[in-house]
Amino acid sequence: MLSEQIQAKINRELKKYPADQKQSAVMAALRFVQDEKGWISNEDMTDVASYLGMAQMAVYEVATFYHMYNLKPMGKHTLTVCTNLSCTLCGALDTVKYIESKLGIGIGEVTADGKFGLREGECMGACIDAPLLTVSNKKMCGRLTPEKIDQILAELDKT
Amino acid sequence: MINIEIDGKPVQAEQGSTVIDAAHQAGAYIPHFCYHKKLSIAANCRMCLVEIEKAPKPMPACATPVAEGMKVKTHSEMAVKAQKGVMEFLLINHPLDCPICDQGGECQLQDIAVGYGGSASRYQEEKRVVMHKDIGALISTEEMSRCIQCTRCVRFGQEIAGVMELGMAFRGEHAEIMSFVNSTVDSELSGNMIDLCPVGALTSKPFRYTARNWELSRRKSVSPHDGLGSNLAVQVKDHKVMRVVPIENESVNECWISDKDRFSYEGLNAPERLTKPMLKQDGKWIEVEWQVALEYVANGLRQIASGAGTDRIAALATPHSTLEEMYLLQKLMRGIGNSNVDFRLRQSDFSADGKYVPWLGMPVAEINSRDRFLIVGSFLRKDHPLLAHRIRQAVKKGAQACIVHSVDDDLLMPVQSRAIVAPSELVNSLAQILKALIEDQGSRIKDRGATPALSSTPRYAPDPQLLNVLKDVEVGSAAAAIAKSLASGERAAVLLGNFAQQHPQAAQIAMLAGQIATLCAAKFGFLGEAANSVGGYLAGAVPFGAGAQGMNAAQMLESPRKAYVLLNVEPELDCANPQQAVAAMHGADMVVALSAYKHQATDYADVLLPVAPFTETSGTFISTEGRVQSFKGAVKPLDEARPAWKVLRVLGNLLKVSGFDYDTSEAVRDEALAGVDVAAKLNNSLQSVPILNPQSSILSGLQRVADVPIYFADAVVRRAASLQKTRDAATPCVVMHGSELRKLGVVAGDMVKVHQGAASARLVVKADDSLPAATVRVAAGHPVTAGLGGMFGAITVESISGERA
Repeated sequence: MLSEQIQAKINRELKKYPADQKQSAVMAALRFVQDEKGWISNEDMTDVASYLGMAQMAVYEVATFYHMYNLKPMGKHTLTVCTNLSCTLCGALDTVKYIESKLGIGIGEVTADGKFGLREGECMGACIDAPLLTVSNKKMCGRLTPEKIDQILAELDKT
Repeated sequence: MINIEIDGKPVQAEQGSTVIDAAHQAGAYIPHFCYHKKLSIAANCRMCLVEIEKAPKPMPACATPVAEGMKVKTHSEMAVKAQKGVMEFLLINHPLDCPICDQGGECQLQDIAVGYGGSASRYQEEKRVVMHKDIGALISTEEMSRCIQCTRCVRFGQEIAGVMELGMAFRGEHAEIMSFVNSTVDSELSGNMIDLCPVGALTSKPFRYTARNWELSRRKSVSPHDGLGSNLAVQVKDHKVMRVVPIENESVNECWISDKDRFSYEGLNAPERLTKPMLKQDGKWIEVEWQVALEYVANGLRQIASGAGTDRIAALATPHSTLEEMYLLQKLMRGIGNSNVDFRLRQSDFSADGKYVPWLGMPVAEINSRDRFLIVGSFLRKDHPLLAHRIRQAVKKGAQACIVHSVDDDLLMPVQSRAIVAPSELVNSLAQILKALIEDQGSRIKDRGATPALSSTPRYAPDPQLLNVLKDVEVGSAAAAIAKSLASGERAAVLLGNFAQQHPQAAQIAMLAGQIATLCAAKFGFLGEAANSVGGYLAGAVPFGAGAQGMNAAQMLESPRKAYVLLNVEPELDCANPQQAVAAMHGADMVVALSAYKHQATDYADVLLPVAPFTETSGTFISTEGRVQSFKGAVKPLDEARPAWKVLRVLGNLLKVSGFDYDTSEAVRDEALAGVDVAAKLNNSLQSVPILNPQSSILSGLQRVADVPIYFADAVVRRAASLQKTRDAATPCVVMHGSELRKLGVVAGDMVKVHQGAASARLVVKADDSLPAATVRVAAGHPVTAGLGGMFGAITVESISGERA
């Protein structure tokens, strides 16, 4: 079942769309689920599908198409490092390597304590700050250096 | 019309049509994969790129609307270069496994690659691999790497089947066609995805690797299952039916067939096929020669006729039998002196006999143009998969569908209003709708604001007796909503399903529905239960009409006869009251079963005569729209089996009934239909049925609601192995409203015992809160419920303490 908070948020979203096109809210609905749970399970997709009156498969298509939806638990803080061209030219692969060695995990994995997950991301449209990462899709950190990464991880570790 | 030019030829195309439509009309072929005339435009395969003058780049013909003066070049240098480029990309990830691919020889990709593909690939890198998925017993996805992402299967689900079971997950290079978390594809139309797939990604699980396309000969046939009469191509290798695919007929099945039509062929070669005439002697079955068996039957019937009287002999046929078979059966019976013959095995109300010959009331194709539907008592999707599809398409275009029924199964289309009531309330519900419409019409005429539909038809003057009875009917909100929907349309249709026709008050239901139809100037029709539900009437396989009045199907079983001749009938599964039917069989002195299968008749029959199923005989079915469709045998009868019309011909001769010297089944058909104007015979008018008080008799106990599961409806499909593995063929459950379960103190998943009369069955119970109170849904036509009584009427449910399934 979707929590009351999620349902309330979806209901607000639904007001933006015609009553017979509830499925327009699917991306927002999935985002709300992920904000609350950290990831989107198959059961959540089924719930979203029935809440919006659409086919489960149609929800699955959306959830698997967009990169920012986590289809498995990705830790309390999901670090997504952009590895597209601009970032890579500015050393994104070194950034990834540094984070991997620092956290002891590879891309797509989660630390044993469940605190950090690491993902590879697509261009976030902020190449001026390359190399960069986002924290749980919400906060963007750019011009990464090993020191800056240490600082980000230390801050996140405290929360 | 718009004038365009295709490859230098002037062509006229309709406003709003696409270049590919216009080109195909003009006979210019444009290669394509994702485009399909019945599906929405996706334009994602890019194979149909053509050159259009003044356009700076090649345009997809499937997604480019025609415009006045447009000049299209389908084979110019630019077009061909673009098409070849697309082909190269499509082949990059496509495995080069044509020699072992089931689609080989009938593959669009293979064909088009011959014309547009290179002779070698420039691609040296690794090809992508897509893992197979299990999506059920009918469609194989063993080689999904072959998929070219045309999404025809996805669009078919969304647009035609009404349920999106397959989708394209992930993106880009990782995109895959799959179902949601390994769920199965359960649509009753799913097999069409196999036809639609332009490559070998979706293939037929039962047919795979059993034959090559070029080894098969195509024989035209007609579906023996539902009343639609789908046109089939039966494909044969070495005198064996290997598969069945649709033949396109826009006015019947379009280019689709239901899974029942497609996969039931497996039943034709089932191990239970009866292949030799058999006699029971001293309780043991022995195989005998045809001559011996037929003489035994003739002698037996003669003895009973001369001893107990001819009226002690009864004949039953299934409505899946051909016109010729039913005609000869009734001719035989009337020849030996009685009219005890019937094919309406599941019907329970015969009070309107002789007044009507029920049919669809309109051509099938006209369903699409109706704008209001009232569907009464129909398990629409399962009983009439393709008629349901046509209604779905009409609803998609803005029509409103309302239902009156005892269950609220998902029709996979929006339902405007519904009245879900217990079976005993069905008549009352219709009376309410009728009353609401009469009141509505009265007020409209007073207002002079009449709708076009009502003002253009002569004012309906209901029978005073009808008005008198309706006086006491109280119109509920559901009925009022349905009446409002119907009155707001211009081209309504009122359709009665199998449930309504099998109902104990079927005549009242039909009469009221007919009145409703008259009042809204609607088409009024019966959705024929089986392939030859109309043909049975025209063949005279009914106990009225010519000669003395005989007994109907129910009477023949209620007051047992001494001898029964069963034509394709399995009384335990095909009759309205199997308990009674089987008792009658056991009590009879002689039971002659003409059947393609060894079935439970081995318990009670004396003679088993192996007759041919539809692929092994010629014959005729008259579809629910009154379309007379004859077909030839696709293969020779198996072993000693013989076409039933020939068996009946010999029986007629042995019994010295005159006029049994036919050379061909066509001669039988011509005699049966001689001087018969089929269209004129079909008649749904039941105005002369007197109305009874629709106030429901308050029944104290629970009432049974019985559907016939789609894959148990006739003898062939019951033995189709793959269909029997689908979800629709799952063992029936007892389904009740949640509150009824609480009353009984059971929870969903418990085993319960259901009783009807002396018989009982132990089944798993399920909750469904859309069922009306005091009803119990237990399917009929299935071996586990075959011991129960009538499809309608009282039933009791008893909890078996604490037993879980």
